[in-house]
Amino acid sequence: MSHRRFAALLSIGLLTAHAATAAPADGAGLYREHCAACHGRDGQGGVGVPLALPAFLDSVDDKFLRETIRRGRPGRVMPAFGRLGAGEIDAIVRHMRGWSSRPAPPRDEARIAGDRARGARLYAAHCAACHGEHGEGGHGTGVTLSRPRRQPILAPGLNNPGFLAAATDTMIKTTLTRGRSGTPMRSFLEQGLRERDIDDVVAFVRGFADAPPPEATRVLETETPVIVRESAYDLDETVEKLKTAVKAANMRLIRVQYLDEGLVPEGKEDKRQVIVYSCDFPFLNEALKIDPRVGLFLPCRVTVVDDGKRVRVMSINPKRLSAIFNNAELNELCERMHQVYVNILEESVF
Amino acid sequence: MIGTRLRHLILAALALGAFAAPAGAEELMMARVDRAFPEAITQLQAVIRAHGYTVSRVQRVDVGLTASGYATAEYRVVFYGKPDEIHALSRSHPELIPYLPLMIVVMAENEETVLVSLNPTKLSQYFPDAPLGRQFARWEQDLRSVFRAVAEH
Repeated sequence: MSHRRFAALLSIGLLTAHAATAAPADGAGLYREHCAACHGRDGQGGVGVPLALPAFLDSVDDKFLRETIRRGRPGRVMPAFGRLGAGEIDAIVRHMRGWSSRPAPPRDEARIAGDRARGARLYAAHCAACHGEHGEGGHGTGVTLSRPRRQPILAPGLNNPGFLAAATDTMIKTTLTRGRSGTPMRSFLEQGLRERDIDDVVAFVRGFADAPPPEATRVLETETPVIVRESAYDLDETVEKLKTAVKAANMRLIRVQYLDEGLVPEGKEDKRQVIVYSCDFPFLNEALKIDPRVGLFLPCRVTVVDDGKRVRVMSINPKRLSAIFNNAELNELCERMHQVYVNILEESVF
Repeated sequence: MIGTRLRHLILAALALGAFAAPAGAEELMMARVDRAFPEAITQLQAVIRAHGYTVSRVQRVDVGLTASGYATAEYRVVFYGKPDEIHALSRSHPELIPYLPLMIVVMAENEETVLVSLNPTKLSQYFPDAPLGRQFARWEQDLRSVFRAVAEH
């Protein structure tokens, strides 16, 4: 390649890259693509919290929104959108601002001085019931739509590193002072507290940053993506033992089918790959209340495979999967489910 | 003067810039459909078929929950795949079987419907293998196209 031709190609590449970055991003389109599934088409909420509440938009500055999109809330459902560029995030924020007639409040980085010990007592009395004793936040996801929830909105995790990095003391104080109309968050002034009390609570909440990382940020230790056990029996015997093991685990046997059933014409299925579906409905209901997306890996499913040399029993590994939901509340359930799978698999092969 | 190696490096960087994964390649893929559940799930199955896949089954999770006494809106799981791919992969990579066929959760949210799926490229982290990676990338492209078609219908 000649230097001239190379230089021309380089210029075209750089110009294309520049044009791509210089073109104004489509905030509405980006919101629809990345945010609407959880937060609703018009910000009314869903798996994610409602964003179009005037009381919310009027109390948070643009950097709070940008940092929230960029960092997410580790372990609290909202993922980090680290792949979005600054221009794209700005466009999403501009789109969200269109839901409010008021301009964004200016960002004020000033620290608010307060008595943390006093703030701790006030927090325990006025905040912990919704936000958790250690600021871990409410249970479940978003707002009540398709499934019954205990609260109309998920109380934010105040000890979450994503929240603490995005929120200023002024924003927290404003929220405590005004409350959030349309949510259970009530004005502290209306509850009879004074400005000094509010400053003490702000200082206490800011102090969460000095505490060890919250439980919400714990990711289960990664293991293999599947749980596999080799059976001492042939395929039919193993399937029968598996069905017995499922019932012994107090699960309801839903169906037994071939892996390719429904994919190939009836009678042409590979009869050496058998799936046993079962469900513990109280467990499923519990899991769906924590995160309605978790049905992706429920009800339980175990596959028995005979490759001609050996018979193996296998399932997904729930511990490996818990991180994809970015929901630490699922950790304990995933650990329980992992143990249930291990027990069932081992009972069916020995 | 620019050396050959540097030129190759710059060209490679430009190529990477052109083909980098789009923003939003998250671990879960989700889409909101501005239609009620019955219409949305029917449309989803039609679009899956139009992309060359077979819908093998629809698991009615909501029916099981309701029968067990739990309140829920419509909630189903659509299983789908290409028979030749499932057949080949289950033999060459039996460890993939617990993740096959592919699946999409379909849940009602009032008069709208939400679709959720594991991003197939996530499987590359579980099963690091170049040919498999290309397969997962194709599934991801198809799934994005399916979600877009259903959401924009």
